Amino acid sequence: MTPARIAIAIFVVLLAAGPFYLPEFYITPVNYVGLYSLVALGLVLLTGIAGLTSFGQAAFVGVGAYATAVASVQFDLSPWLGLPIGLALTAFVALVLGWLTLRLSGHYLALGTIAWGISLSYVFGNVQGLGGFNGISNIPPLPLFGAKIQTAREFYYLIWACVGLAVVALVNLLNSRPGRAIRALRNASMAESFGVDTARLKVVVFVYAALLAGLAGWLHAHYLRFVNPGPFGVGASIEYLFMVVVGGAAHVWGAIVGAGLITALKDWLQDILPKLFGTSGQFEVIVFGVLIILLLQHAGGGIMARLARLFPPKRAAAIAPAAAPDLPRRAAPARGETILEVERAYKAFGGLVAVNAVSFTVRAGEILGLIGPNGAGKSTMFNLITGVLPLDSGEVCFRGERIDRQRARHIVRRGIARTFQHVQLRPAMTVLENAAIGATLRGSGGVVPATLRLDRPEERKILFEAARQLQRVGLGAHLYDQAGSLALGQQRVVEIARALAADPVLLLLDEPAAGLRYQEKQALAELLRGLRAEGMSILLVEHDMDFVMGLVDRLVVMDFGERIAEGAPEAVQADARVIEAYLGAPG
Amino acid sequence: MNFDIALLLVQDGLTNGAIYALLALAILLVFAVTRVLYVPQGEFVTFGALTLATLQQAKVPGTAYLVAGIGVVTMLVEIATALRERRRQGLGTSALLYLVIPTVLLGLAAWLAPRQPPLLVQVLLTLALVVPLGPMTYRLAVQPIANASVLVLLFVAVAIHYVLMGLGLVFFGAEGWRTPSFTSLRVELGPMTASGQSILVLAASAISIVLLWQFFGRTLWGKALRATAMNRTGARLVGIPTEASGRLAFTLAALFGAFSGVLIAPFTTIYYDSGFLISLKGFVGTVIGGMVSYPLAALGAVIVGLLEAFASFYASELKEVIVFSLLIPVLLWRSLASRHVEEEHDE
Repeated sequence: MTPARIAIAIFVVLLAAGPFYLPEFYITPVNYVGLYSLVALGLVLLTGIAGLTSFGQAAFVGVGAYATAVASVQFDLSPWLGLPIGLALTAFVALVLGWLTLRLSGHYLALGTIAWGISLSYVFGNVQGLGGFNGISNIPPLPLFGAKIQTAREFYYLIWACVGLAVVALVNLLNSRPGRAIRALRNASMAESFGVDTARLKVVVFVYAALLAGLAGWLHAHYLRFVNPGPFGVGASIEYLFMVVVGGAAHVWGAIVGAGLITALKDWLQDILPKLFGTSGQFEVIVFGVLIILLLQHAGGGIMARLARLFPPKRAAAIAPAAAPDLPRRAAPARGETILEVERAYKAFGGLVAVNAVSFTVRAGEILGLIGPNGAGKSTMFNLITGVLPLDSGEVCFRGERIDRQRARHIVRRGIARTFQHVQLRPAMTVLENAAIGATLRGSGGVVPATLRLDRPEERKILFEAARQLQRVGLGAHLYDQAGSLALGQQRVVEIARALAADPVLLLLDEPAAGLRYQEKQALAELLRGLRAEGMSILLVEHDMDFVMGLVDRLVVMDFGERIAEGAPEAVQADARVIEAYLGAPG
Repeated sequence: MNFDIALLLVQDGLTNGAIYALLALAILLVFAVTRVLYVPQGEFVTFGALTLATLQQAKVPGTAYLVAGIGVVTMLVEIATALRERRRQGLGTSALLYLVIPTVLLGLAAWLAPRQPPLLVQVLLTLALVVPLGPMTYRLAVQPIANASVLVLLFVAVAIHYVLMGLGLVFFGAEGWRTPSFTSLRVELGPMTASGQSILVLAASAISIVLLWQFFGRTLWGKALRATAMNRTGARLVGIPTEASGRLAFTLAALFGAFSGVLIAPFTTIYYDSGFLISLKGFVGTVIGGMVSYPLAALGAVIVGLLEAFASFYASELKEVIVFSLLIPVLLWRSLASRHVEEEHDE
């Protein structure tokens, strides 16, 4: 057993036995930690992993709590019915707010969530029927086979059972096909280029986090048997975020560690500060703020990031099986068949014509080099083919089908996979998991089966395929290394393996040799030759002449947005216009 | 609603909007220069208002002790940093900024406060007491992690807000204060009667904005701030010290905040915790300006003021809901209008 597993086992045993040895005095705060942990778990997924900051989680707790309060007090429904009602309402509110605010980027999103977080908490306090600032009291306890879940000790088990299930569900989700897509959300353009509908997935993640908050709200209402707007304001939302930041936003256990630590810290401060300062002033908020600032200054990733560095996990979460059935494969075109046709592609940025009526074709089984000096329009051309930029006029056809009006995630579906000029790997994920992102479209399992761990047969196939592609490119020894720990040359090769995992017909490589040393370039060229021998078609954008000369079958040369030459490498090398473009006009 | 009430609401809205505009400009300045979403801007408003209110009761305001105390802490941090980096230059300036000036201010406040000086002196003393808290905040909380991501800086800003709010409670107490009007003048303007106080606020706000504009356009430091805002690395390369720019931005923001506090104090009762909502309204204005345009931010803040005035007439209990819900369509419009994809690479 690893130290991490031993620590988790001890924690679970201590927790399960809690009611037998904990004095009454401690049961209540531990229950609160459980409630906070549920919300914080949602925030780990939303903020720590997907990179979406929400200052409004407490409002979702409020929706869940008020829904069950109104249902059970004013409509006399069973408290157990309050749960689905509360969750449905939370999901609905989250869908609407998510749809409205999630298209905002970065700090705009944070401000947007503050805005609706405040609005919702004012709604709780001011809408008729919700009891105003006095709230709703006399909420019934939970009936259970004639008995009741009522006391703090009884709720202890219910709350922590919910936390346990939420942890297991989240761990399952993260270690799955949709989970990898969620972990890739911070590189939205990369995720899109492997078929992830990032806009939709963000909403899914947002609703998932909101439902955990709504569940906490339901428990809160029946445990305290009283709701008022106080605990659902922006202040509480900020505290949830602090818990996650302190505990470690990128770690599932960070939620519980953070919730426990902040609760203990606040209790302790409320206890000790009046003794130190003699008055019962609001010193704890000052000390609390100062501690948060110090923590952010000195321990960025939170406590779990520190622990993970001290005790690195011995075994990766996702392990490739030794054998698995093949994923379905695409029918390959016959060698020599024209697969990509670019016809008079034109793109201008304001007055600058970046690509001016450029035409060329790519045939199956060849390596075509698209070269030109800096500023020639190569990268723009690349973006036009991959759907990152729209064409102004002209056409791009792939296997007889127009793709120039398609988005990146629809283009990859047709069999074009790409790499990036600036490596876009998830540095904290393993090499295997990064490559598996490439196979996203070859599976179909969604969030619910992943959470329930019903996705294992498909997961085995995906991981086996990712491992196979990594072995194909010669990285079989690095499957379980963190992608960020590899050298740049190896990272570029991981990108190629990730693209291969998408089972492409055409591979688009954006300056794969940039920043590589001589030996690494040699190895890369060897790898590409090998892929060609296996029938892969490759479009290579480069400005390194030496690298492409011995490698490609044909060259297209661009300069100032125009195609100035096309043909075999030797012929192009002798072309007067090409020499002029690279070396300047003679005389 | 009849025409007279509408005019009255417009007057209210413009007055509040002018104050929010000052805050929006300060928030925008701080964001552009340091990338900090400056949530604690509102605390400088409360500090300004409560300091003035205390002075009007002929008492020594808590801010005087606060500035001296935080000055000592800042000096200690400066000394610790100097020891770690084995350098001594700059410590003299720090001692002047963080020890001498706060001590002089404390002495001045203790001497002046019981003598009930004229209003103008009170206002100047208020500004002098609150403004040093700006650069000290920057030095203590932001400068050590000035290169962190926008979101980490936002968390820091929220934590600063908590600290300052808590300090506000300790040094001013839980009681709210409202200062008497600066003037009882009333001016007949066509069909409406404008209060002299409102005209004073509008004029003061307009003058401040013009001064800020002149500062940006004409002075070397103003240009340095603009350069830092445009390109942090570039500004560094041409020799503009980023720390000094950040300190200056926080100083200006504190000045605008404290001045807004002085202006708002006669209109509404200010408590130690009133700052958060006030600065959020400034934020709404800033966002309307797309977090880049100063004139649009000021205009946005005026819109917020007007909306708030009319909302409080029609549905006073949902006033805040209406104002903050406005942010969402504005944010949507803004993020659809700027079509660039922002990639985050901070882990």
